Amino acid sequence: MSSREKILGAISTNKPALIELPVIDIKSTSNLAADWVEQFIKILESIGGTVIQLSSIDLIKKEIQQAKIGGEYIVNTLPILGEVNTEINSTMEASLLETVDRAYIEGSLGVAENGSVWLYEHQIKNRLLPFICQHLVICLNTNKIVPNLHEAYKQIDVAKEGYGVFLAGPSKTADIEQSLVIGAHGARSLLVYLISE
Amino acid sequence: MNPKNFNRLFFEPIQAATLSHSAAAEIFNKDEARTDWHDETLWFVREKRDKAVKQISEWEQLRTLGSDIKDHTLSNLDNYLTEFEKNAQANGIKIHWAIDAEEHNEIILRIIREQKVQQVVKSKSMLTEECHLNDFLAQRGVEVVDTDLGERIVQFRNEPPSHIVLPAIHLKKQDVSETFHEHLGTEKGNNDPQYLTEAARQHLREKFIESQLAITGVNFAIASTGGFVVCTNEGNADMGAHAAKIHIACMGIEKIIPKVEHLGVFLRLLARSATGQPITTYSSHFHQPRVGQQMHIIIVDNGRTKQLGRPDFRSSLKCIRCAACFNTCPVYRRSGGHSYHTAVAGPIGSILNPNLDMKANADLPFASTLCGSCSNVCPVKIDIHVQLYKWRQELVSEGYTATGKKVAMKGMAFVLSHPSIYRITGKMARWMMRAFPFILNNKSINPWYKQREMPEAPKQSFRDWYKKNKQ
Repeated sequence: MSSREKILGAISTNKPALIELPVIDIKSTSNLAADWVEQFIKILESIGGTVIQLSSIDLIKKEIQQAKIGGEYIVNTLPILGEVNTEINSTMEASLLETVDRAYIEGSLGVAENGSVWLYEHQIKNRLLPFICQHLVICLNTNKIVPNLHEAYKQIDVAKEGYGVFLAGPSKTADIEQSLVIGAHGARSLLVYLISE
Repeated sequence: MNPKNFNRLFFEPIQAATLSHSAAAEIFNKDEARTDWHDETLWFVREKRDKAVKQISEWEQLRTLGSDIKDHTLSNLDNYLTEFEKNAQANGIKIHWAIDAEEHNEIILRIIREQKVQQVVKSKSMLTEECHLNDFLAQRGVEVVDTDLGERIVQFRNEPPSHIVLPAIHLKKQDVSETFHEHLGTEKGNNDPQYLTEAARQHLREKFIESQLAITGVNFAIASTGGFVVCTNEGNADMGAHAAKIHIACMGIEKIIPKVEHLGVFLRLLARSATGQPITTYSSHFHQPRVGQQMHIIIVDNGRTKQLGRPDFRSSLKCIRCAACFNTCPVYRRSGGHSYHTAVAGPIGSILNPNLDMKANADLPFASTLCGSCSNVCPVKIDIHVQLYKWRQELVSEGYTATGKKVAMKGMAFVLSHPSIYRITGKMARWMMRAFPFILNNKSINPWYKQREMPEAPKQSFRDWYKKNKQ
């Protein structure tokens, strides 16, 4: 008998009688989108992220141009922000991605209760990019903020693509004496532009 | 009798090959300042948890849901596992089944050898600790680099993690500084956590880029979609898995949840219970290997089906490994994780480990005051302190406790059920405490005297006082 059969057999012998699956019925504390935006900003900033609200993307375009002139390796993945970096694809080597100073990525959805942003694989171009870049910038439409994770999972399809992530703030650790250090292995900073155009 | 023997006979459980919890805790407690610091640091994490939890008005509803979803899942686990397997395979993931630790380790070794892998990185996985994977591979010439900062620190020091969420919580920054000076060439005496973390970042980035194979754990595996979620704050699981050509994710059979919507409940509970964060920095959802990558999942039993068959203890399988029970436990905080001599320490470890090896872990259910704080903070409502109590009964009836303890308990039961003998012994004890205080105020004879002063004995018992003073 294979291990698979042994394990499944032992479970079927040892499991208790079927217990019913509960229904998740949790209401959000507020129905106002403005409250969700406020909470999203407050929580993301409390976990080390920065949020800037913009009514126009021109400022971001200018920022990208200036940084490129300054010699930084900037990766832009959003066509609306100008020229995109076509060299970034799903098979790009880690050793090359490691040289990225700053990456601009579009977020799908923000979660007010925890300050996280959902990123689909097609938005990050390469799974490593949001982790290996030194600094990460996410552009998110203000009307894409939902109150909590229950609502978030209703709106996204986690199995649609091979990979997706809820990303909340810069990489961090408190493994040395519980002292918070920002910039463990992933990006050293996270800036979220909340755009309402 | 030699006081040392007296002590061993009456107050210590059977010694396994390693030191028992109480013996190891005694060594830990020798450094009082450090013990106090450990205690306070863990309590600080517990307070962060409380603060986070109080901001969620539906917290208790979430705990009930978390508990009920897990109860349901365990009652249908075989069907969910086969559903998960089918969907994961359709996603292009290779599924392996391991009955025990040895088979789990062999499967990984086989993949490493077949693919001629030289460099392996691993993010935190308590299952691989439970299976002693690193030692197994090291003995066969394969070096595994642990990439979680805390785990890398303890790996350099040849120590096991002392906490499932904060692996190096037993160490001070001076210790880390010395370790990094020795292994990474950092400046001697520079204890700045920022500086030390940066050194680890540079060192491990090299390892991520060089490695061909990444091992991760699994926080949740979704039956309906055949995908899995891995949570980290550092981003090390993602750095490893996305850079390597092969990704192996290791999971116990109990990591299954039925549907995606259940992640909403568990991800809300996990980080708040663990560290007081609203969510971990990265909650990564893996469904398919990336182009050109191989993805494997190893589904491991290693005693879990046996635990499922113990009605009193099966709910321990609901654990989501947040470690809230560690941080709140007065015994854990003042004895340190290594005293538990197992991969998963703390209260939850003390009810999981006797299932794996009753004899070797017979001491652990006694490493508790049964105060119940663990059960109160558990996000999936496991009745941990009740199970600790039940394991004690199980262990005594199976003959896994020291004769001294049994004799003492029987003696106590006899005294307590005979009022006249109780009164005489009480009188004798009070007289002893007054006449020969040095006997009781002696650490080697009376373990209750350790870390505390004995009270002054009253001249009369409450019974005598009551008889004299009642109208």
